[in-house]
Amino acid sequence: MNLKEINWKKYSLTGGIPLLIVIFLGIWPYIGPTYYVTLFTYFLLYVTMAIAWTIFSGTTGYISLASAAFYGLGIYAAALFGEKMPLIFVIFIGGAASFVLAFIVGSITLRLRGIYFAMFTFGLVVLFKEVLLYWEITVKNIRGYFVVIETNNTIYYYLFGICVVTVIIAYLLKRSKYGLALQGIGENEEAAAHTGINVTMVKILTFALSSFFMGACGVVMATKMTYIDPQIAFNPLMSFNPALMSIFGGIGNLYGPAVGAVLFTYIQEKLMTGSLKNYYMLIFGAILVATILFLPNGLMGLIQNVWKRIKGVKRAPTTG
Amino acid sequence: MHLLQGEKVTMSFGGLTAVSEVDFYVDEKEILGLIGPNGAGKTTLFNLISASLKPKSGKITYEGKNITGMNPYQICRLGIARTFQTVKTFGSMTAIDNVRVGALFGQPEKPSSAQATKDAIELLEFVGLSKNTYSPARDLTLANQKRLEVARALATKPKLLLLDELMAGLNQTEVAEAMDDIRQMRAEKGITIIMIEHVMKAIMNVCGRIIVLNYGKKIAEGTPQEIINSPTVIEVYLGEQSNAGSK
Repeated sequence: MNLKEINWKKYSLTGGIPLLIVIFLGIWPYIGPTYYVTLFTYFLLYVTMAIAWTIFSGTTGYISLASAAFYGLGIYAAALFGEKMPLIFVIFIGGAASFVLAFIVGSITLRLRGIYFAMFTFGLVVLFKEVLLYWEITVKNIRGYFVVIETNNTIYYYLFGICVVTVIIAYLLKRSKYGLALQGIGENEEAAAHTGINVTMVKILTFALSSFFMGACGVVMATKMTYIDPQIAFNPLMSFNPALMSIFGGIGNLYGPAVGAVLFTYIQEKLMTGSLKNYYMLIFGAILVATILFLPNGLMGLIQNVWKRIKGVKRAPTTG
Repeated sequence: MHLLQGEKVTMSFGGLTAVSEVDFYVDEKEILGLIGPNGAGKTTLFNLISASLKPKSGKITYEGKNITGMNPYQICRLGIARTFQTVKTFGSMTAIDNVRVGALFGQPEKPSSAQATKDAIELLEFVGLSKNTYSPARDLTLANQKRLEVARALATKPKLLLLDELMAGLNQTEVAEAMDDIRQMRAEKGITIIMIEHVMKAIMNVCGRIIVLNYGKKIAEGTPQEIINSPTVIEVYLGEQSNAGSK
């Protein structure tokens, strides 16, 4: 009986529930009201960004705040190539550009640890923004670009596709031996190196892979924006959001960042549009501080702890 | 040809010369002890061999091949594994995953996942951790975490194993077990060992040859008998009154 229970649980967590979610998301634009389709577009965006962020930063512990740089690069790819070729090619260009940038940046900076790495990666976002602004104002003489617009449903389905691919890749990576290597690096980098892991290469490639998906997201979201300039494309919020969402949800597994991203986006939306909109930043900040102080393992960690406690309570009388 | 040989290996940090023109070698299936007061440069020498640090000057050869300036992972795949003075296990990972990392990445030829798991189970048994196979490493006792580090190092199928104060913090029984393990590694797996150790009983009983470092310089080298009778060693390390051999 015990065995059956475990099998059922395993099946539902790895196959059943995700499949239901995918089917639901697949038909959502046909059954949901327009407002909620748009909201779900943002869910998909932030779930992808958060999981892409977790692929690298969640496992290795290197907190990257460069997400906005890769996302912005995707936006610029859409602005520059959007008219010349179909969106799917532009997505690959945006992803590839981010991959290459991350590879180069990773080669230079991944020897930095802790706060230094976080600061440098954030500096990258600011650097891109300022250099592009300077270039557009003084050299090109026209600030910003227009981007080809796509319909809401097209954007939804492209993001949906990118999201599914990101989740699958993240899942496979986690289960592969490279997932083990990444975990080892996160636990103790020195020991990992002396155990035969090419630490530098694993870190750089994973960083680049996670950036690919961020760039791809940027391309798709750009087609929602009509006009873009460096201020819009390299918005620092896009660096903080994926990191905070993942930490909020819990980076121990893939459910954490996904749940964190959805809840976070929803709370953000409700606070920004509701009667509390003037206090949005204040409340948001309080939630974040509370999460970091009281939920070191995020929401999923909290749920696991509560679950353990419930099970423990159930068990206690029978053993006593 | 020696298995590992260092010629005039020198390392300095700022103005401090941690290892100064040290010549050393170890032959196949030998157990070499490395002793000396704190700060003598023992761990620095290990870091130089395992490529954590690159020597300022000098040359280290392994199986006749110059390995100076390589990366730690390359050194590991060549067959030199190590443990750490302060344990560096992968804390939140299970014991078996700790060992699997070694098996999957540390060997020159990549094993299948199933083979790596099989090797890991065998090695956990070898070091006596079968009961803890699926416990997170951080939940193990210090002695067991040290065993786990040895298992992880062995999983890379090394020819040469560097043990950095394996016995520090262990009780009498555990020291005796560790000594048996070391002898067994050489006997069953044909592994050459260099060990840094402060537990004199272990050093004297297990090692065939000992090198003594002081302030980064090699001050003595010889059999355990020669070392405990050397006036220089007694003066700087063992102390006048100590009867190190029977401690």
